[in-house]
Amino acid sequence: MVIAEIKSLADINEMIKSFRKIFIVGCGECVSVCLTGGQKQVELLSSALRISGRNDKEKRILKGKTISRQCEPKFLEQINKDIEESDAVLSMACGAGVQTLSEKFRKIPVFPAMDTKFIGVSDEAGNFIEMCSACGDCILSLTGGICPVTRCPKGLLNGPCGGSKNGKCEANPETPCAWLLIYEKMKELNKLEELKNINNPKDWSKNMRPGKVNAGI
Amino acid sequence: MSFKEALESGKFVVTAEIGPPKGTDIHEVIHHIELLKGKIDAANVTDNQSAVMRICSMAICKIALENGLEPILQMTCRDRNRIGLQSDLLGAYVLGIRNVLCMTGDYVTAGDHRDAKPVYDVESVQLLQIVEKLNNGKDMAGNELKGSTNFFYGAVVTPESDPVEPQLLKFEKKVKAGAKFFQTQAIYDIEAFKNFMKEARKFPVKILAGIVVLKSAGMANFMNKNVPGIRVPKELIEELKSAGKEKALDTGLNIAARHIKQLKDDNICDGVHIMAIGMEDKVPIIMERAGLI
Repeated sequence: MVIAEIKSLADINEMIKSFRKIFIVGCGECVSVCLTGGQKQVELLSSALRISGRNDKEKRILKGKTISRQCEPKFLEQINKDIEESDAVLSMACGAGVQTLSEKFRKIPVFPAMDTKFIGVSDEAGNFIEMCSACGDCILSLTGGICPVTRCPKGLLNGPCGGSKNGKCEANPETPCAWLLIYEKMKELNKLEELKNINNPKDWSKNMRPGKVNAGI
Repeated sequence: MSFKEALESGKFVVTAEIGPPKGTDIHEVIHHIELLKGKIDAANVTDNQSAVMRICSMAICKIALENGLEPILQMTCRDRNRIGLQSDLLGAYVLGIRNVLCMTGDYVTAGDHRDAKPVYDVESVQLLQIVEKLNNGKDMAGNELKGSTNFFYGAVVTPESDPVEPQLLKFEKKVKAGAKFFQTQAIYDIEAFKNFMKEARKFPVKILAGIVVLKSAGMANFMNKNVPGIRVPKELIEELKSAGKEKALDTGLNIAARHIKQLKDDNICDGVHIMAIGMEDKVPIIMERAGLI
């Protein structure tokens, strides 16, 4: 899923400082699951902004709603009226949600309350960890189902650099060395011989922005 | 005799490292070049080492050439994509640079521009393949070159990696990708290094053992704790400690010289790569004590 985290209150206040009637829109998809942009967080942000604006001459009017999926225009119909009554919108969705809102409601400023981080999963300790870079050219078949493009900061395709120490990464000592994980997994799979093959440089033309997929429907 | 010829002749080869300065004052680096000229077989010129921005390796390689010291261009994949790397390789060749050391490069957060966007479009193994292609008259996309390169190219290896197996696997890939010589991370345990050499001798490549001078017991402990792939044995730390503060550096120079002599006399590897890290002036002293000059 898409993992996002809320911006600092100071940053959000800076974006909305000249607006009074603020409508906060949560999203019921990924950001609800990763506990950063669902209904509960809409309510928390609403209270936090109310408190931080309490000394303003003209009081802020904050309203919030969470819709099932912000990146789908048809789900946005239900907030037409709320938008009409507001001066600005704060989106608590990923970047795709913010842009869908902004495209649909062209006459009102839409601000991101979140920083979209990555595609990931949660670990046992409750952290969210990046797993996929959406590079458009998946090589998981070569690396025992562990992605070095994403999980190695250098995106190495042919084995570890000389920087791993105690199984951890040179660039981030809390992160396991992806190539050590790959090595162990390939050993378990009895496929170490395959790791001797040289992997070619990636074809980054498959990653040209903006990406486009035709689902053929 | 060129660096390549020296290695191929079976001579015990010595290379040392030169770090380009940060800024345009090149007096000190020229002094180091003068000092090393005629004593070592070639000098590695580092490429924004530890991700700290400095003069590019190519410019200092050219200056080394002009001052009579054969350079080895260190080339990392951190700061240039495949177009930039190939273009720089062609440029280096026409400037007369003939040796390349292909590396992936320390991550940007190790250096002084932590907010930089790292590139890593290709990595060390693929860069070796690129050099091989340029040598064969084609770029990596398969386009014909008007005039090919004729680089002598190598790579690095960390014999003391723990675990060492994934590192050996990569070593093998680098050999397969065409590396002709290897310069190792610093080694301090000659017996352990012999085990690595047993593996390495299965391949037709030349190995230069990495030598980093220990300045003090504190430095040795620091490296053991913080530098990946470096393991200083207890006995050496004791030796430095018992030498006392004033004689610690001199003892460190002796240890380096002793190791070099043993590597040469016991025919363990094909040469050494001395990384003096700011003490380039000590390289001739180490060589003298090792009986090399």
